[in-house]
Amino acid sequence: MNAAAIKKIVESILFVVDTPLSLDRICTILEEFGRDDIRMAIDAITNDCNCQERGIELVQVAGGYQFRSRPEFADYIRRLKKAKPARFTPSALETLAIIAYRQPLTRAEIEYLRGVDSGGILKSLLDKKLIRIIGKKDIPGKPLIYGTTREFMETFNLKDLASLPTLREIEELAESDSDDEQAPLPLLEAE
Amino acid sequence: MPESTQSQLFDEKDNIAYQVRIEAFEGPLALLLHLIKKNEVDIYNIPMAAISRQYLDYLDVMQELNLDVAGEFLVMASTLIQIKSQMLLPQITDPALDDDRIEDPRAELVRRLLDYERYRDASILLAARDVLERDVFARNFVSAEFDAFPAEETLPEIEIFELVDAFRRILAKAPRESFHEVGSENISIADRISDILEFLQGKEAVEFEELFAGSNTREYIVASLLAVLELCRLRMIRILQFETYGRILVKNAVIQSADTVME
Repeated sequence: MNAAAIKKIVESILFVVDTPLSLDRICTILEEFGRDDIRMAIDAITNDCNCQERGIELVQVAGGYQFRSRPEFADYIRRLKKAKPARFTPSALETLAIIAYRQPLTRAEIEYLRGVDSGGILKSLLDKKLIRIIGKKDIPGKPLIYGTTREFMETFNLKDLASLPTLREIEELAESDSDDEQAPLPLLEAE
Repeated sequence: MPESTQSQLFDEKDNIAYQVRIEAFEGPLALLLHLIKKNEVDIYNIPMAAISRQYLDYLDVMQELNLDVAGEFLVMASTLIQIKSQMLLPQITDPALDDDRIEDPRAELVRRLLDYERYRDASILLAARDVLERDVFARNFVSAEFDAFPAEETLPEIEIFELVDAFRRILAKAPRESFHEVGSENISIADRISDILEFLQGKEAVEFEELFAGSNTREYIVASLLAVLELCRLRMIRILQFETYGRILVKNAVIQSADTVME
């Protein structure tokens, strides 16, 4: 089968599925095709979306591929949705950032870094499935240790944890606008 | 001596100026960072006396409101005072160590502040990403969080500290306690809750300040604020603000849902 046909098959699968699909998973589904052919098909679809001025793009998120609407059309799509757009409090974001960068870690470690009780926020992040309990730390008291979830990467459009901005990048950013802590953050367009 | 020159930054005029605003602080570290930035002092050489004083002034306001958050803020207050007093004591070098370099008592605090700042910046970057269901959408993605929120108009809810700020303005208008007054009127929060609900009856929304118009004694104002917070906790009212430092509106949440049912 030629490359154009494989591309159409891969595209149809990615269109139908409602979670990010990893390359491995696509290869299992399309066992009759070679891995390299499938990879090329994905690249071709990504390229098509970018070149043909489409409203959607194929993004790499949470270890897989998923069609997503382009951010510039968010206002229009929200008209379809009953729910308010996701809103995270600064406390929740702070806690998420600490867990994302320092995982696995205990509640006590999170609270030391934040300087405030974080029990309520941890519970709500657990409820939202953005974090999970990974296990227990082998120290007296056996405290629970927390880490982020696949949903966290899906929600924040992260390919994997390594694609979080490095702490060095953050420091450089902080230095560049340290005079104005309210400055809007010019980032993430670079990708 | 750097401590004394930096202290000159904090004269009485500045104190009056900074009392005007209470911003949203996620915790004692956020408040301390704010004070350091606002006073433009070097984070590696924090003027402990001046910063501690400003910090404690903020706590006074928060304590007046009996906010729960004050717990962790108090721990930090005692840490600040401990560091301040340690710095006043002569530094004793341990002859056994044969090392006259003693760690600055502020060192641990500075480390925590820098760490905190880094993660707070990271959290801002996180929020700036293309968030699913906010900036980008995928097919049929419904996370638990979005299920929990019913459809609502998109007025932004306000932070507790903006409420505090409004409360301070009202309190500032109240006359100082007069000394000849004997006895006190007992205003219960329960009474104020029912008064406020009655006041909101049949109204679309009222201004936050209007709820305090009945009297201007401190007791009345404090009871009113606690009543507002309690009603908010019970989800019987909603508190909204259209823009930063804009008007704060109080809506009757119960009436609103009744209307929705009738529609």
